[in-house]
Amino acid sequence: MAVASINVSAAPRVRYVLRLADTALIHAQRLSEWSGHAPVLEEDIAFSNLALDLLGQARALLTHTAALDGQGHDEDRLAFLREERDFFNLTLVEQPMRRSSAHAPGGDFADAVLRNLFVSVWFKLQWQRLRASTDSGLAAIAGKAVKEARYHQAHAAQWTVRLGDGSAESGARMRAALARAWPYTAEMFIDDEVDADAAQAGLGPRRSELRADWRAEIDAVFAEAMLEAPADTAFVSTGSRGVHSEHLGFMLAEMQHLQRSFPGGRW
Amino acid sequence: MSEPTRNDWPLYEVFIRPKAGLDHKHCGSLHAPDAALALQLAREVYTRRQEGCSVWVVPSSQITASDPGDKDMYFDPAEDKVYRHPSFYTLPQAVDHL
Repeated sequence: MAVASINVSAAPRVRYVLRLADTALIHAQRLSEWSGHAPVLEEDIAFSNLALDLLGQARALLTHTAALDGQGHDEDRLAFLREERDFFNLTLVEQPMRRSSAHAPGGDFADAVLRNLFVSVWFKLQWQRLRASTDSGLAAIAGKAVKEARYHQAHAAQWTVRLGDGSAESGARMRAALARAWPYTAEMFIDDEVDADAAQAGLGPRRSELRADWRAEIDAVFAEAMLEAPADTAFVSTGSRGVHSEHLGFMLAEMQHLQRSFPGGRW
Repeated sequence: MSEPTRNDWPLYEVFIRPKAGLDHKHCGSLHAPDAALALQLAREVYTRRQEGCSVWVVPSSQITASDPGDKDMYFDPAEDKVYRHPSFYTLPQAVDHL
């Protein structure tokens, strides 16, 4: 009945790509939860568009990971047959962000906008550098994805400014969302042995390299949005190392249910 | 004073240019809080299937339109003036494909 889970090589070069793939995949899944629920019809379409861009990036990255891994897996097997501890996305992107989430208190549209701002700037900075990767497959994916990330940033920045510097209610919600999300941004810039290997091999940037640029872009948006970045704390989430918050398990159960119950099912 | 609501969002007309060299064509309208966001929403709603390479948005309130009630007065008088079409000239062979 249940399908056996698969493992992917822990080699740094595989892990480096998989971390990006999982962040794109899980972020896409969360954003897609807004389909049919966004405040206005046009944003409903916008969030579906954003999620589809990210899903496309995740597919390309997972396919590339499978090739590097060399065990004959494909994008679907990687997405649907790994256990929670074998996902390496940023903890930020697995946090619930809709109030009506079945398993968690969640947030609201402000959380979605803000998270998308944080993640899109981070991805954009990654893609810009990854275009020069020694891995030509990864460089090609980056060349396409950087355009999408630029738009995602523009979209998120527009809304961040309007909500942050909007009504008393929208500003208060934005600040509440900021307080929820900010602690999880530290993980975006923490290096480990995977980054060291990638930098040495010319595969791509270390995460710590992105911090200054990311902060400068975020601060520019915040200045316009009348928002202030909270003080950094010692907390660092660990999704990139496979140790997740309580939310990812529920999400994977939902995401993987069909493939686990009907192995290889297509429709 | 009450907070602004969706009802206060003005209407924008959306024009898309399908490709370089062609004209922008009216393709619909949407509500948005301001012009910048109208442009962004228009991109989301009207260009998802590669419909265009350029978008204009114009506040609907800025369009001065003819009154549908004046339709016969405005347009019917042209009906019996076929001579306004250049269809009665015999073109020389050389410009046949003009």
